[in-house]
Amino acid sequence: MPPLDASISMPDAIVSVQGLSKTYKTGFQALKRVDLEIRRGEIFALLGPNGAGKTTLISIVCGIVNGSEGTVTVDGHDIVRDYRAARGLIGLVPQELSTDAFESVWATVKFSRGLFGKAPDPAYLEKILRELSLWEKKDSKIMTLSGGMKRRVLIAKALAHEPRVLFLDEPTAGVDVELRHDMWQMVHRLRESGVTIILTTHYIEEAEQMADRIGVINRGELVLVEDKHTLMRKLGKKQLSLQLQTPLESVPEGLGEWPLELSADGSCLTYTFDAQGERTGIAELLRKLNALGIDFKDLHSSESSLEDIFVSLVRSRA
Amino acid sequence: MNLYAIRAIYRFEMARTFRTLMQSIASPVLSTSLYFVVFGAAIGSRMGEVGGVSYGAFIIPGLIMLSLLNESISNASFGIYMPKWAGTIYELLSAPVSYVEVVLGYVGAAATKSVILGLLILVTARLFVAYEIQHPFWMVAFLLLTAVTFSLFGFIIGLWADDFQKLQVVPLMVITPLTFLGGSFYSISMLPPVWQKITLFNPVVYLVNGFRWSFYGTADVNVVVSAAATVGFLLVCLGIVWWIFRTGWKLKS
Repeated sequence: MPPLDASISMPDAIVSVQGLSKTYKTGFQALKRVDLEIRRGEIFALLGPNGAGKTTLISIVCGIVNGSEGTVTVDGHDIVRDYRAARGLIGLVPQELSTDAFESVWATVKFSRGLFGKAPDPAYLEKILRELSLWEKKDSKIMTLSGGMKRRVLIAKALAHEPRVLFLDEPTAGVDVELRHDMWQMVHRLRESGVTIILTTHYIEEAEQMADRIGVINRGELVLVEDKHTLMRKLGKKQLSLQLQTPLESVPEGLGEWPLELSADGSCLTYTFDAQGERTGIAELLRKLNALGIDFKDLHSSESSLEDIFVSLVRSRA
Repeated sequence: MNLYAIRAIYRFEMARTFRTLMQSIASPVLSTSLYFVVFGAAIGSRMGEVGGVSYGAFIIPGLIMLSLLNESISNASFGIYMPKWAGTIYELLSAPVSYVEVVLGYVGAAATKSVILGLLILVTARLFVAYEIQHPFWMVAFLLLTAVTFSLFGFIIGLWADDFQKLQVVPLMVITPLTFLGGSFYSISMLPPVWQKITLFNPVVYLVNGFRWSFYGTADVNVVVSAAATVGFLLVCLGIVWWIFRTGWKLKS
């Protein structure tokens, strides 16, 4: 049964962050009153430049760093007061390839399961290792593995105790294309089994490929949280710019049905439209311009990408 | 209580020992054997009895203590320092474990190792000198108490250290001198009166003498004082560990 304080968060939120701030001893404020709800079963991508606060946020939720203010609950369990229940639900794949170099793959995965309070289950661990193509390497010492393999070991460790929430901190940093695709597939499989996934990345492509929702964090502030499709629709806007032969004083009345903007000097008309819409209206617009005798010397169309929006969001707050 | 976690940490630490058998068990046994050969058999044969026992037998409790202290500290400090150094500490911090469980796992394993080692040295000593154990129960009790106390102390050093040098400095610069000056190789009654007084401030004196009493029934200081001093140090270490975990000092920012 969910405790009372869960009622103030979204009913389907599995991770709920409220007013979370973090100021390090150096005085650096890594997080500024962050509110965030992660929905049960979703893939959430947290985007942001280096030093934006992504890792600090994850570290607080996982119990590695103490928050300065605010509360975090995982499936209704407060991460401080009820840390055992909260942490038991979480798996973390850290950004750094920190491994026990002298241990075998099997020993380290077994250790992780025990550490998280689960009874031994060799069959389950075997399943994970097979899925991550690590079974053949189970008796190898970790230090003999490649970087990509070590990353897989960290994932296997994080999954060893059957977590319900998986944090992937920059999972594909320094990872080759093949492993990246394997990892994406694995993330989708996990999601199908009901695991909620929160990943941080600064590869926008990755967020586009994998996430259901996207949050952008910059300088410790969560500047945007949006459903990916909504975001893509917003970003799916295209612009057509027409350089006119003769500047106009205002947008002619006959063009009222198109949302047009005239530049300050009157020499450029800009038409913004939905690239994914069925009718873009470009052909009609051009015919109408022709009919009205408005000539243009050049035209070009442009498309905003997630990257543009990201950069502009991050810049405007810099 | 997360018993699986305690077991996982304990096994992990014990596996580390057995992986490095030469370094963790064989080399301390060998070096202590050398002491027996040199001080017990070679030099000791030319020395008289100390407190009614032959010199070779007299130094056994002290030598075991010397190893016990050093091994407890280095095992426990290394055990917790390595994850900090390698970055794998993240897993411990993010796991649903309480500080009590972490300490039980790490300190329990470190103490187990040093007790095994102490007993091995005891058996090895038999090859060189004859000795008796008058109070076996107290002998084991002192062995366990010292192993646990100094494993806790080592655990604190491992948490405090942020480089390998700091890890070594306390065992080398503090513990070794205190042990050598703590009556491992002599009775403090052999010292000039002023030094006899000063020596009483050395905590190792109480450990060595309590332990020696369990062997031969004689000691420079009262055995009750010895036991009380050791238990006192144990409580101080427990207090420090409790404080470290409560504040997250050097562990959590």
